[in-house]
Amino acid sequence: MKTTQFLFSGFGGQGILFAGKFLAYKGLIEGKQVSWLPSYGPEMRGGTASCSVIVSDEAVGSPIVSKPDVLIAMNLPSLDRFESAVAPGGIIFADSTLIERKVTRTDVKAIYIPATKLASDNGFPTLANMILLGRIFAELGEFDDTNVEAALTKVIPAKHADMKEINLKALRLGAEQ
Amino acid sequence: MSEKVLMKGNEAIAEAAIVAGCRHYFGYPITPQTEIAAYMAKKMPKIGGTFLQAESEIAAINMVYGVSSAGLRVMTSSSSPGVSLKGEGLSYLAGADLPALIVNVQRGGPGLGGIQPSQSDYFQATRGGGHGDYHMIVLAPSSVQEMAELTVKGFELADTYRMTTMILADGTMGQMMEPVALDDLKVNPMPEKPWATTGTGMKRKHNIVNSLFLKPEELEKTNFERYERYAKIQATEARAEEYRMEDAEICLAAFGIAARVSKNAVDEARKMGIKAGLIRPITLWPFPNEVFRKAADHAKAFISVELSMGQMIEDVRLASECRVPVTLCNRAGGMIPTPDQVLDAIVTAAKGGH
Repeated sequence: MKTTQFLFSGFGGQGILFAGKFLAYKGLIEGKQVSWLPSYGPEMRGGTASCSVIVSDEAVGSPIVSKPDVLIAMNLPSLDRFESAVAPGGIIFADSTLIERKVTRTDVKAIYIPATKLASDNGFPTLANMILLGRIFAELGEFDDTNVEAALTKVIPAKHADMKEINLKALRLGAEQ
Repeated sequence: MSEKVLMKGNEAIAEAAIVAGCRHYFGYPITPQTEIAAYMAKKMPKIGGTFLQAESEIAAINMVYGVSSAGLRVMTSSSSPGVSLKGEGLSYLAGADLPALIVNVQRGGPGLGGIQPSQSDYFQATRGGGHGDYHMIVLAPSSVQEMAELTVKGFELADTYRMTTMILADGTMGQMMEPVALDDLKVNPMPEKPWATTGTGMKRKHNIVNSLFLKPEELEKTNFERYERYAKIQATEARAEEYRMEDAEICLAAFGIAARVSKNAVDEARKMGIKAGLIRPITLWPFPNEVFRKAADHAKAFISVELSMGQMIEDVRLASECRVPVTLCNRAGGMIPTPDQVLDAIVTAAKGGH
């Protein structure tokens, strides 16, 4: 039985909630129990946005992630705020384009990806979130083409179906990092 | 099992209401329930229904009164301060014996408070909310699937007993997404409403829907009749989920989001060898007294876990007839207890402390 608790955090507009929803849908497609809980406070308007996602083999109890197994920090305030909360043995994925400092804890694994730079260099400047997710799936051994595509179909509205290909590209690029 | 989709709790309520045959929604925006209104605004015009953003919560609840009088399924939704504004209307609905669904996605109070999740409207909901002797049926969902199921159930109970049903949720339940199977929702046909003001067709005496009774003898009669109905509801409609209660010595009581946190704590306590369990009331009124009364036979302690300064704890004490100590484990003002905090309370109780 396995439960993984994810915490996504960054600026409003970086696609934090979208990335979380995509991850939850991928879990649902893979037959897992999932929950997704956004921060909905005033900080969403221009400040830090965060989102808790739980993917589990068992029914999800509390949907609130207070000790994440995986922290995705897309800006410095997020790393400052949540680094200490990560469960021992957990993993921190940091966007190193926007976060200059290193993770100080020694009991967690830190992975640095210049996601924002990679995204803009490759012509999809708004998809740093998907590059990070691609890297996460690769790290966790959960990059499955069929499920990733199926989850994208769920989260991208039909009228924006042309965005699917570019999201897939970003995910693959992340997985190669 | 049909295909599951991810939905926010608020959206699940809105969609389930439509599935239940509700075609009239009146509301006024307030965080954290605005998605209900947004969903209705998008959907109702497409299915021949009414979405109306009223000028205030008071206007919205009185529009509910009007549609209900005409015998149709109708709802409004709000969050704590907005529900206070609806208080007068809730009392009028009760006085006129009108069915309706009211949703309260609670936030921290009192006053304008904050926008984070809370359960501090328990007293307001379970004791009626407005003036006069009356109750609402109060349902407390603890998952997004249950947000949908209890919405359907809420309309049915309201029609069966000619009274208001309230869905008492909180900001977490409204905002979180979980898989929902909407195709699994079962809706029973709406009962006949011979009392509704639908036009006489010149064939019968006209119906009157009213809550004004100036003769005290008559008004007293309506009160006594209503409480006979309430007694029947208390005897037949109380529901609770029991989680790992078979041999539980430390018994948690929690609803909604607090119950989800409590389940984690119960599991952790069991790993430590403590016989912990959880009673999760699904109906807050009627309160599942019998479940607590039975649990008091083997429980050494009750712990009421709440996002308030301790409101349901009074009902836990009444239901368990004060035979075992009842303590409170809580956060308030928009904060949520962590599983660790609840586990600490369990460990303390297991050692015999308070």
